[in-house]
Amino acid sequence: MNIIVAGCGKIGATIVQSLVAEGHDVTVMDINSAVIEEMTNLYDVMGACGNCADCDTLKEAGIEETDVFVAVSDSDELNMLSCFLARRMGAKHTIARIRKPEYNDSDLVFLRQQLNLSMAINPEMLAAQELYNILKFPAAVKIETFSRRNFEMIEVRLSPESPLDGLNLITMREKYKAQVLVCAVQRENDVFIPDGSFVLRAGDKLGITATQGEVMKFFKALNVYQKQAKDITILGGSRTAYYLAQMLVEGGSSVKIVEQDAEVCQYLSQDIPKATIIHGDGARQELLLEEGIKDTGAFVALTGMDEENILISIFVSSLDVPKVIAKVNKEELSALAENLGLDTIVSPKKIISDVLVRYVRALDNSSSSSNIETLYHLMDGKAEAIEFRVSADFEHLNVPIKDMDLKDDIIIAGIIRERKPMIPSGNDVILPDDRVIVIAADQRLQELSDIMKKG
Amino acid sequence: MNYRMVLYTTGKIIGAEAVCLLVSALVSLLYWEISGVWLLVSALIGGLLWLASRFFKPEDEIFFAKEGLVTVSLSWLVLSLVGALPFYLSKEIPGFINCFFETASGLSTTGASVVENVELLSRGILFWRSLTHWIGGMGVLVLVMAVAPSAPGRSMHMLRAEMPGPVIGKLVPKASTTARLLYVIYIGLTFVLVLLLLCGGMPVFDSVVHAFGTAGTGGFGVKADSLASYSPYLQWVITAFMVIFGINFNLFYFILIRKFSAALKSTELWVYVGIILTAVVAIFCNTFFMYSSWEEGVRHASFQVAAIISTTGYSTTDMNVWPTFSKAVLLLLMFMGGCAGSTAGGLKVSRFMLLCKEARTRIWHVLHPRTVKTVKFEGKAVENETLYGVSSYFSLYVFCLMTLFLILCLEPFDIETNFSAAVSIFNNVGPAYGAASLNYGAYSWFSKLCMAFAMLLGRLEIYPMLILFMPAAWSKK
Repeated sequence: MNIIVAGCGKIGATIVQSLVAEGHDVTVMDINSAVIEEMTNLYDVMGACGNCADCDTLKEAGIEETDVFVAVSDSDELNMLSCFLARRMGAKHTIARIRKPEYNDSDLVFLRQQLNLSMAINPEMLAAQELYNILKFPAAVKIETFSRRNFEMIEVRLSPESPLDGLNLITMREKYKAQVLVCAVQRENDVFIPDGSFVLRAGDKLGITATQGEVMKFFKALNVYQKQAKDITILGGSRTAYYLAQMLVEGGSSVKIVEQDAEVCQYLSQDIPKATIIHGDGARQELLLEEGIKDTGAFVALTGMDEENILISIFVSSLDVPKVIAKVNKEELSALAENLGLDTIVSPKKIISDVLVRYVRALDNSSSSSNIETLYHLMDGKAEAIEFRVSADFEHLNVPIKDMDLKDDIIIAGIIRERKPMIPSGNDVILPDDRVIVIAADQRLQELSDIMKKG
Repeated sequence: MNYRMVLYTTGKIIGAEAVCLLVSALVSLLYWEISGVWLLVSALIGGLLWLASRFFKPEDEIFFAKEGLVTVSLSWLVLSLVGALPFYLSKEIPGFINCFFETASGLSTTGASVVENVELLSRGILFWRSLTHWIGGMGVLVLVMAVAPSAPGRSMHMLRAEMPGPVIGKLVPKASTTARLLYVIYIGLTFVLVLLLLCGGMPVFDSVVHAFGTAGTGGFGVKADSLASYSPYLQWVITAFMVIFGINFNLFYFILIRKFSAALKSTELWVYVGIILTAVVAIFCNTFFMYSSWEEGVRHASFQVAAIISTTGYSTTDMNVWPTFSKAVLLLLMFMGGCAGSTAGGLKVSRFMLLCKEARTRIWHVLHPRTVKTVKFEGKAVENETLYGVSSYFSLYVFCLMTLFLILCLEPFDIETNFSAAVSIFNNVGPAYGAASLNYGAYSWFSKLCMAFAMLLGRLEIYPMLILFMPAAWSKK
């Protein structure tokens, strides 16, 4: 598929990286020729240097033959304009990053229609959404939902005192009688799709799938359940913080935002009157202590500086705050932060590239027998969870799962039939119009039939 | 420095050469020649080297600019060494240095020979000699990339090292698809040329060999007098195709996807055509009295101009007996070379244009010290970085050329011979004046070795070969 990515900042570069890994023909556009040079050296892409709303540059990048045009430059307005032009000049689908709050209210639908946008993405909003999910369920490292929240995929880390340490999966299921499935385990740098005899160890990161509510029961049985955090402190008044605070306030939590810039504080206090806005340098420990950081339910560091977020989060964890989340953009730092014991990291650019990869893959196989509905990267991108919608011409309908010849490192984690989710056993079958959730380690699935061994 | 990756990739490239050797062996065996056996043995050795390199399969395929450049230059050296084996083993060219010179000359598409009488060589050997032109013209790495299922990221460094010109863009986003397209165009044009030559009554073997020599802008033929004994029609066809293979291949791609206006907008193309026409007129006015008809005068003038500016080096007449003015024009054209992104050697028309434009802004700057001027090329502003690149390339180019000239002057030949030989060798043209007008057999082994190296230096545009001698390129970090 021919894809143009306009704007090669942090997010643009991540998108390009994952699209190239998917094997697409990618052309990058940027106003800065040094960036283009860097991108063409790093990845197998073509470069076009210039303003991405300039018709000549668009033509040079081959806009007439483009399937997907992604505009992720710094400016919302430029993204909208270039998508509008791209669409008029022949691009089949256009995706724009639009992140200013004033465009992201009820006007967005109107804007999207008028500009003929296939999708508007808002990294900060998506990041806030993910943070919100985690704060609702603080025991998890990461939460993803499938099929309108009927089905959840949760990543948790086993603590050394966890009762699961040393149990194998069959005993675990018998002991706790929980309707959950451990579908992926990350131990150090390897990802396993475990079978029943797999023995869990402290320090493992588990991927658990279950229908909604079951995970909570399971965690209660394990005695690791933490209540939803009600009292939350956010460091930094970024856009993510704005969206997150809004969601939390609407959900009835009390929110405190610490921000250095007086103007930003002013603006936050106007738009989110229910939140407490503190003007001050959140990097100062006294200030945090003064604001009662010790008794807060959760702490989220969302400043623009990864390093600051990590360091302050370490300090706050040392005060026994139950849930601490640091936003980290740079991948190399995220690994470092995990080594330091911070296990909840949200990287907006990863969320964006997940969304895009899913969109493009779904476009790619829109003609085949199964549609991708949802796609997540799990375990630091080493595994994928994909929700397929099954159509009537899937070859292995009505075959019990235990008789299917599945590839290694693949598991069918869930089937949703007529809005009812279930964890399949070996005797279950796949029917048309089912939604099937598949977890795969170290491989890419284009369509549902890819889970079968070939030949 | 990722040694394993460098060796592994070099091995792949040797593998590609082994396949080409195998093809030559088959041609040779078709004619029932003993040299076919030696070609087969060489192919086998190449194949073994490729197998040996499989043991170096790297754990991490990380590849930086340094690895890319070292891989390219190392591969071209090893390619020349392995490619020399059939000449040496079959004893058709005496002495390994001579064989190495011949292969380097072939791969770098120079076409300078040490063979006294090519008509004595067997057909398999002649075929292989010309095939080196063809694969060397577009680049062996580009070939490997075109055949390989997928190119790793950062492969641009290698593509750039093999493709001549100041700025190299891809045709399409994927490097492997770009390489494939280039070869499709290349094979297509070669095929058309073979057909046209066959139509003119040239024997099949001669057609293929000359098509290889023209496509790669090399210059190896099958006759001692190059193309002089062929019919005027054949000489005109070769003239046209020498010019065509000196054009930037991106333009052919534009034509292929029916963007004719984009192809015709290229200023480099028009400057190239303009230089050719001017040179033809100048030489024709200077030499027409030597020939019996107008047609003959125009034909020889245009053939020679096309042969020199595209750095092919075929000839239809003895340039040595031409007046000094014509010889000087041809000598200057040797510096020029074809367009960027073509199979031709030399400085390239686009570099020459950038140098002139840069010089003009400098002069303007002297008149108006506060003036701000931007150098534009093909309708686009040129980055300062590119201009510095061109200027520094030019100084390196002059420096290398002068060094080669000095080394050659140790030989007992006159200055005209040595200077034209140095220019011709370094720009991958082939023929020179004076004692070197027929072949380079008269030079000593040391000069031949230096010239062989200079040919590769010229083909890869200096940097990749030079960094091979920098200790910093080989350090572990």
